[in-house]
Amino acid sequence: MTQVLDLFLSAILVGGGIFAIVGSYGLLRLPRPMQRLHAPTKATTIGVGAALLASSLGGLPLTGTVSIQEWLITLFLLLTAPISALFLAKTLILRGEADPNLPDSGTGSPWATLGEERPDP
Amino acid sequence: MRRLFPHPYLTLTLIVLWFLLVNQWKLGSLVMAAFLGTAIPLLTSAWWPDRARVKHPLGLAAYSALVLWDVIVANFQVARIVLFMPRDRIQSNWITIPLDLRSPEAISLLAGTITMTPGTLTSDMSACGRALLVHALHAPDPDAVRDEIKARYEARLKRIFE
Repeated sequence: MTQVLDLFLSAILVGGGIFAIVGSYGLLRLPRPMQRLHAPTKATTIGVGAALLASSLGGLPLTGTVSIQEWLITLFLLLTAPISALFLAKTLILRGEADPNLPDSGTGSPWATLGEERPDP
Repeated sequence: MRRLFPHPYLTLTLIVLWFLLVNQWKLGSLVMAAFLGTAIPLLTSAWWPDRARVKHPLGLAAYSALVLWDVIVANFQVARIVLFMPRDRIQSNWITIPLDLRSPEAISLLAGTITMTPGTLTSDMSACGRALLVHALHAPDPDAVRDEIKARYEARLKRIFE
């Protein structure tokens, strides 16, 4: 039984590692800044998720319990990754490195990053 | 009651989170959890004046499962694009998504979902909050991506929150 679990966990670890490498490789290979931004959001979701799942189940044969603190890391990653990606994208847009011709928002008002500066409330 | 606990869901979440962090059942942990669960929502309520309304908490669980599955499937598609597609054949596109959602919590959840499902990235929001700017890594047909996001994610979120 432990052997089956070990095999399963090894498969998860290797698979997650491959996705993390592909994410980093994408960072190297993709030519434009906005395209490169796609790579880190991928590596975190699958690569880190797989490592944490393996870590969470890894102590099962020894202690007989599933460690839940890893799930917290996954949860915090899922909460923070989109926010950091959004900040990076907004920085690129503001610096004009994303694309000079953004599409129209279709609502009559500009995109928030390029709109008029509002004073702090 | 309303004044002491401006966000009951947040209070509950914080208590559960604290117990997961300390990883043991002790009375002292419960006191600390209750203290944090009361103090943090009170101190931050100035920045979150509205109360989040979740109509179908079970729908939220089903939605998380759907997103998790989509993340796994889409990761394979993006890995294929990164590894095998010639650089000049990758057609990146901007997509404008007009929003039917109005609740800020639902919109931020939709924006997070779009970023976490590989291949698309929420980049900005219109100043009035009625449209999202999404960047797609490889989308020969931007309208199809927009329709899929609206049908698959936004419609479900609308049912859960509004």
